Amino acid sequence: MSTHDDLSADHDPPVEATPSSRERLERALLHPGRGQVVAAVLLAVLGIAGVTQVRIAGTDDEYAGMRQADLVQALNGLQAASLRNEQEIRDLQSTRDALRSSSDRTAAALEQARSELSSLGVLAGTLPASGPGIRITITAPQARLSLNNLLDGIEELRDAGAEAMEINDEVRVVAQTSFDAADNGIDVDGQIVSSPFIIDAIGDPESLETALRFPGGFVDDVALDGGKVTIKQSQSIEVTSLRTPVKPQYAQSTKSK
Amino acid sequence: MIAIIGLVIGVAVGLILKPDVPIGLEPYLPIAVVAALDAVFGALRAFLDGLFDDKVFVVSFISNVFIAALIVFLGDKLGVGAQLSTGVIVVLGIRIFANVAAIRRHIFHA
Repeated sequence: MSTHDDLSADHDPPVEATPSSRERLERALLHPGRGQVVAAVLLAVLGIAGVTQVRIAGTDDEYAGMRQADLVQALNGLQAASLRNEQEIRDLQSTRDALRSSSDRTAAALEQARSELSSLGVLAGTLPASGPGIRITITAPQARLSLNNLLDGIEELRDAGAEAMEINDEVRVVAQTSFDAADNGIDVDGQIVSSPFIIDAIGDPESLETALRFPGGFVDDVALDGGKVTIKQSQSIEVTSLRTPVKPQYAQSTKSK
Repeated sequence: MIAIIGLVIGVAVGLILKPDVPIGLEPYLPIAVVAALDAVFGALRAFLDGLFDDKVFVVSFISNVFIAALIVFLGDKLGVGAQLSTGVIVVLGIRIFANVAAIRRHIFHA
């Protein structure tokens, strides 16, 4: 800081200075003097300090060497970032909750629609059904069964709570099913069924059989015409024939109430 | 020769002992190292000019380090520590470049 400063303005002609400085350098390397010991001590101190500083700068975390003002600024920045992140977390959580509840509602609605579909499908005849019920076999003379008797029987079964019915394992009997007299049997929904008529009905077996067997009821009527009815209760009646669903052409559904 | 050996010994001691720097002195160490480097290059140049004096070297080394640390300390007290550190580093860097240029002229004639 003192003597050496004055030298910065000093521009020696290199040609004249070089030989002597080279010689000095060689002499100092080969024959070190007393002054070099002091310089060596100071250089050792510099070496220690330099290596230590390099180690600190390389290994310590970035905040260790910072001043108070810088630290305060860094802290402010981190706090702002933390606030922003918390806000983002809240937003995302509310989004997640909304999505979750909406998906829950969708799943519940889907579940309800599925169960409604299956119960309506059984009633409309678009799904096969099984359950307890009775199997009625009617043997009519000359393969004839009075249309009125059959209708009466089916109405009695409906009255007793039959939930699914089919005739001869071929024709599903639903609300729209039509019956008509035919030459060699009965025309049910355009399909001719003939004797022996087998009616499968799912419902409470006791009630169904009672509904057919009361005095003056279906069994008696058929017997009057000379036919024969056998009723078998079972815990597993299979109603497998299906009916193609028809979209109503004139009737429109209206909101109830 | 002895000076170079001293530098090597210092580096080795620093590497082996891994001395801990007190927290209070940590901001001053880099400035002190740069200031000492400036004194060393100034001394090398004076040596090549034939003007080297070990007493001057010791005084300039110590006063360089002390004044650099003092400036940074004052800067910290005044609230402009970071800026003053940068200023000291810039000034010392310019001086080191000037000294190295003179040394280069001595050794390489260019």
